[in-house]
Order: sequence, then structure tokens, then C-alpha cells
Amino acid sequence: MDQLDQLEAKSLFILREAYREFRSLCMLWSIGKDSTVLLWLARRAFFGHVPFPLVHIDTHFKIPEMITYRDRLARELRLDMVYGENAAALAQQETFPDGKVDRMTCCRSLKRDALRHTLAGDWPRYRLDHGSGEYRLDPSREPYTGVIVGARADEEGSRSKERYFSPRDQSSEWDVGDQPPELWNQFKTDFAPGTHVRVHPLLDWTELNVWEYIEREGIPVVSLYFDQGEGRRYRSLGCWPCTQPVASEARSVADIVSELRSGKFARVAERAGRAQDQEDGGGLETLRREGYM
Amino acid sequence: MASDLDQAQREQMNVVVVGHVDHGKSTVIGRLLADTGALPDGKLEQIQAFCRRNARPFEYAFLLDALKDEQAQGITIDSARCFFRSRQRDYIIIDAPGHIEFLKNMVSGAARAEAALLVIDAHEGIRENSRRHGTMLSMLGVQQVVVLVNKMDLVGYDLGVFAAIEREYTAFLDRVGLRPAGFVPICARDGINIASRAPWYEGPTVLEQLDAFPKESSRVAQPFRLPVQDIYKFTAGGDDRRIVAGTVETGSIAVDDAVVFYPSGKRSAVRTIEAFNRPPQTEASAGAATGITLHEELYIRPGELMCRAADPAPAVTTRLRVSLFWMGKAPLRPGQRYKLKLATARVPVQLAEVRGVMDAADLSSSQGKVQVERHDVAECVLETAKPLAFDLASEMAATGRFVIVDNYEIAGGGIVLQALADERALLAAHVRQREAGWETGAVALAEREARNRHRAKLVVAVGADEAALREFGRALERRLFDAGHAAYYLALSNLARGIEATATADALVQRDERVRHLGELARILTASGQLVITALPEADQTDLELLRALNAPQEILTVQLADERRAALGIATDLVLDPGQPLAARVQSAWSLLEERQILPDFVI
Repeated sequence: MDQLDQLEAKSLFILREAYREFRSLCMLWSIGKDSTVLLWLARRAFFGHVPFPLVHIDTHFKIPEMITYRDRLARELRLDMVYGENAAALAQQETFPDGKVDRMTCCRSLKRDALRHTLAGDWPRYRLDHGSGEYRLDPSREPYTGVIVGARADEEGSRSKERYFSPRDQSSEWDVGDQPPELWNQFKTDFAPGTHVRVHPLLDWTELNVWEYIEREGIPVVSLYFDQGEGRRYRSLGCWPCTQPVASEARSVADIVSELRSGKFARVAERAGRAQDQEDGGGLETLRREGYM
Repeated sequence: MASDLDQAQREQMNVVVVGHVDHGKSTVIGRLLADTGALPDGKLEQIQAFCRRNARPFEYAFLLDALKDEQAQGITIDSARCFFRSRQRDYIIIDAPGHIEFLKNMVSGAARAEAALLVIDAHEGIRENSRRHGTMLSMLGVQQVVVLVNKMDLVGYDLGVFAAIEREYTAFLDRVGLRPAGFVPICARDGINIASRAPWYEGPTVLEQLDAFPKESSRVAQPFRLPVQDIYKFTAGGDDRRIVAGTVETGSIAVDDAVVFYPSGKRSAVRTIEAFNRPPQTEASAGAATGITLHEELYIRPGELMCRAADPAPAVTTRLRVSLFWMGKAPLRPGQRYKLKLATARVPVQLAEVRGVMDAADLSSSQGKVQVERHDVAECVLETAKPLAFDLASEMAATGRFVIVDNYEIAGGGIVLQALADERALLAAHVRQREAGWETGAVALAEREARNRHRAKLVVAVGADEAALREFGRALERRLFDAGHAAYYLALSNLARGIEATATADALVQRDERVRHLGELARILTASGQLVITALPEADQTDLELLRALNAPQEILTVQLADERRAALGIATDLVLDPGQPLAARVQSAWSLLEERQILPDFVI
């Protein structure tokens, strides 16, 4: 087994463990490369099926191509697709792009709050109806007790400290100083009522591993990752007001792999283009403690 | 830097760095990252600038301690990971905290490592945690260890000091069964002997030692073990495969190989090896997360151990002699019910006996302890509520180690040393003790039975359909009562709401507990001369044996509402009923059985 085989096998084990142990399980899908790799791993783990819903938190400031891609893939693979949002903040334009709040406040409201309440089931959820191809209000308000997330340890400091199975308390908070032990293949799968567990099958993968796997498996990704002829591409996807493309002429997955292996990005942190990370030293960690993914 | 040509064949190795507080773990890692060119551009400069701004001397440790409160407290709280590459392979470095309060984090870090760097301060010498960590590494099965004697500058690079530490610590590790690959004198702060050699030193550098570790490869040669993680039958899109899913821990399997599942002992043969988005497979070997379909569609449960019929079988028993370490806030106590997780099996477990408790830091042992306290390492006997399949840790690590869950938390971990004879000692002792002290009333059971004109008995209805069982139980009660008999339907749900005083959070332990309560209650009710009827959905042979033992000296009768899965489970029952029959006909069959067994006299109208 080579390195990718090993990483894959471990991820499949974790996915199956989550599916076995959690009554109400979902997978967060941000439409980015990591969570799309995660989607492919789920199909490997469950032999072509994805036996749980994919949940997307729609900030309504995502790059439009991302939403088109989301719905196209959901229809083609017949995925159980669900999205949630912070309708109140959007209606009142309490957002950074509308100029009313700063970046961190915007993230907190459109992502963290929307995620927390969507998972808990106390805000409306919308589910793709494969008959009509439209999203409909989901009558189920059952909270998700297991949430699969595509976080990687190499992304930034706080993620490097995550467990594969990471408990979150009633208010979705993460106690980084008191995490459960993980021994060998045994993870935390028991949890108090009202809490949930975040499951991280991609923790040991690096950005390079993810692209190598995309190349090996032929996984389709959003075209925003590639240079369309203007010498720019996105290395990391997010909301358009806060995510900047990087200068790069990589037009294919192979180009990206070589760029990361030995090219211009071999030693440049992935999230360098994310404005929200720069705001204060531990901004992302603060958000994660409060429940951000 | 590594060349790109060998990328496909490159291996990855997880390495944990452990050691006493302030002995320099983070500095070693920071240096490894910096010296192998693993840092993002500008990162070093950014930390240097931060230190200048805050008037602090620059330390490589700051590279890792990205978290705010770590910087505030100056200690490593949790095990962080970072990545670097040598000429040889890719490494994931796991930084494990040294503070005793964070032992569970250190253990988590070490448990996912294949190799360890153990750091000892040359100036301060071997400390409590240096020894504790050595013990834990041995128990966790990390056999590849390099000891780094750090801060050699503080002892003026005196190799005599280095040799003394090497001698003393080698002797200690020997006692816990660990043979280090080597000792390296270093000064991490200045990068001495980390990636490059000092002129006064001839041995391998830290990086060379790491690269010299062989990648574990012998697992394929061992007997085949696949702990069953789950059984999938996804019907979407006309998929009719019934797939046994799991990761091959050791050995290999091929299509048509005969297999046995333990502890159930069921046999079949491999029909296909399934995979998505891969060409058809004919073989699966150690490390592969795979899926298997069988020639016979057996009803097996997650947690069983799939083995090759041709390979040596695992041990199957309820009594295990183990070595374990305890991290729980509350001690591990006898009489308390816990959940044991071994490979993919989960079973209720109790502490049967403490044979000895050892201090992991000085290896001193205390005898006569009856419970295991936090941070203790102990040799114990555990007794599980159901038979468990496993291997000895010394022979096969992956199926020979376990964790213990107390309420919601993983509170302990350990390795199996020995499989003991399956004598159900705790249960037998309990029943013996209970019966010896049983206080009888003025009326003997025989007198009650004579007046009732029927014998006392516990009738247990088993099957998968809970509603059908309940309906049957109540109908039988009605029929018996109407005929003038002392009959009572004991509903499980009433137990759940009433008698469960020792409620526990764990569903598995809770269910086991409920069966016990049912058995104890039936003992009392049958002693009162009644015919007690109950329904126990999803019961297996072990549940029935438990009820039989607890209801002693009275006996039990089992009635099975048939379904294919039960039949395949191989439960021995006194009567099998066809769910297609009308209810009255099923009750009549049960009635006839009671007559046949002379529980009801046949002259009673």
C-alpha cells in the first residue's frame, strides 16, 4: 500500500465507524476540494452509496459557480442534499458585503450560527426533491448527532489539534484543553444527549495528498480551481467578498499537483488568500471553539 | 529535499515526540521542521517578529504552539500534528504534551504513532514522566524508539553525562520490555545532531535514526483477521449485495476461501471482494478497508471477528487477564458496569479482580488494591457479559488491545495478556451468594404450586418483532388467567421506567442491566408461585443463559416467534411459532407446551 492507499483506508474506517455509531449522521459539504474528496471516500466506504444527507451552509455569498456545481452533482449522484442558512441576518443585511458588520461578525453569523442551528434542527432546512429538482422545506427537525467534516490538520494551527472524533457540547463549543483520548482505532462514539460529535476522516491528509487523490481517482472539482486564461485561480474556496484567487497558470489537476509538490506553492500556506484569518492572531481558533467548522 | 520521481512509492510514518515538561519536545520538532525545509515561507520570520514585538527570546517551540492559551501558559496542551519530508519518506510528527494532567493526550498521540522520539534533558536527567512515557510507549505497542538527550550545551557537551543517562534509562526500559534503537546527544535549540552531525559525534543524527526505522510490513504474514465493522445492504438502485464491511487488520483473504466468524462460530466462504470505482478484486490483505460477500447469507453482527478457516483461530471467552492503564476521573471499580471496545466488538464488562497495580513512573507495585486509580497501570481480570473473540496482544496487536468506556468517556486502555477459562465466575458467584442468603417466607413453593395446581415458570418470548412479542405475551397471560391460573405479564418497559435505579448512560450496558433486572425480578415472582411471561426482543443465547442463571432455582421456557434471522442466530428455544398463524393458535401452541412439560396439569379445564 502506498501513502494514498493508507490514508484512504483510514478514512474509510472512520466513515464506517461514524455510520455504525451515530443514529443521525450527516456530512458537511462546502463544495470545496476537501469535502468533495470526502464525498468520494464515502462512496468508496459504502460501495457506491452515500447513506446520509450532505449538508451545505449557504451564506448566499458563495461564488455562483459553486452552487451550480453543488446542484448538478447532487442530481447526477442522487445525493440527499440539504442546505441551511441564516435567513434573518441575510434579510436584515447584517453582513460584511452589505457593509454593516466586520468580517469576523459576518462569518460568525452566516456560517457559525447557521451551522449550529441547522445541525440542531431549530432553523429551517431545505432538502433537494429529486422529483422536481427543487429544494423544499424539510419537515424533519431531528438534530444531527454525528457530523462528518473535511477538516485537515495541515490547514492551520487549531485544526492540527483536532481529534478524529471530536465532541461538541450543547452550545457546539469545543473544549480544546480537555479532548477525549483516542487509542489505536478506538474513538469517542458515546456522547451525552444534546451534544454531537464532529468526525474528521481527512485529518491526516495534506493539501498535496488531496490533489494527488483527485488526480488518481478522476474526481470532478469546480473549475474555479483552474486558471481560465487570466493567470489566476482559487486555491481555497469561500465567500467571494473574502476569498481571493492566487496568481497561477495551473490549468489541470496535474499542474496543481506539480505546483504544490515542487513549484511555487510548495512552501506557501494554503489559506494565505483568506482575509478572515488575518484579522487577529487566533481568529479561526476562536471561531472553531464556538462551533465553526 | 526529496526528489519527485519516487513520489508514488513514498511511505508515510507517524512519529510521536514525548518527554518530561520542558525537556525540549517542541524545540526538537520546530528544529526538524526548519531543518528539513517544511515551514511555509515567512513562518519563521513571522514568529521571530512576534518575539521581538513581545520582547521574548525566539524559540522554535513557538512554531508549534499556535494556540493562544498555549502561548500564554507556555506548555503543550494537546498533541498537535505537523508534517515534514526526509529523503526517505514523509513524516507526520505528533507533539505529545508532557504534563501528567494531559496523560490522555500523550497517550492519544502515542497510540497513533509507529515510532517515538523520547526527549530527556541532559542537565535535569531522567524524570518521572521520562519513565512514565517509556512505560506507556511499551504498553501502546510503540516498539521503535530513539532517545534524544537534549540540552547537551548545558552540561558542556560532556559525553560522560550522556553515557550515564543512556545506561540508566536503558536499564529502566528493559524492565518494561522496550529496547530503544539508539540514543542521540543533541542540542535542539542550536540544531546539533538533528539533521546534521556535530564534529565531535560519530553516531546517526535524529533524522538518520528516523529514516532507519523499517516500515511495519509483517502484518500480511499473520493469520487473517477482519473485525466486522458493519453489514451493508443498500437497496437503492436495485443493489442486492449483502456486504460484510471492515478493515483487514492482519493476513489476507482470497475469493473462495473458507471463513469462520467468532464468537458465533458461523462458517461460510468468500464469494466476492467488493470495491467501488476499482477493477474487480480477488484478494484483500492487511491494511485494506474492504467489503466481502459470502456464499451463504449468514446473519452475523458487527463486532464479530472474521477469520480464515485455515488459519489459527482466535481465543473466545468471557474472562481476560489484561494489563491496563486508567485515565478516568473516577477509579475503575469492581461491581461497576463498563463498556469494553475491542477491535469492532462492544460488550459490557466488569472488573473481576485486581492482581497488582504498578506505578508507571517508578515501576513500584502495590498489592492488595481493589480498584484502579487514575494514572495507575494494573494487571487485572475482566469479565465480559458476552463471549468475546480476540488474540493475545503479544501475538497480534490489533485484535489484542482494547479500551474501556465509563459513561461517555474512554477511561482506560490496555492489552490482553491471557484468555482465561470461561467459567462465568462473577455470575455464578453472585447466584451462589444470593441463594445462600435467600430468606424464605413461611410458605414453601411446593405448597403454592399445590394450591395453584400448576408449577411456577418464567416464559420468555423472543424474536425480532417487539410488538408481536408483546401481543403474544399479553394474550397468553389472558388465557392462563381466565383458566384460573396465577399468571403475570412482566413488561420490560415498566422495568425501564421503574426499577432501573442504577441507570447508566451507555445503551449497551443499559440493555445488559435490564436483562439482569428482569432475571432478578423473575426469581422473586416465580418464587411466589406464578407463571411469569415476558417478552425480550433481540435476545440472543447469552441473554437467555443469563436469565436462566438468575431465575434459578426455577426454570425458564423460551418461545420464539420465528423469523429467519433468529433461526440463523442459532438460539436454542423450547418452541418455535409461525408468525403467520392466528394469535389464538399461537397461544394454544404455548398452552400445549406447558401441558406437555407438566407445568399445567392436563386435567385442568
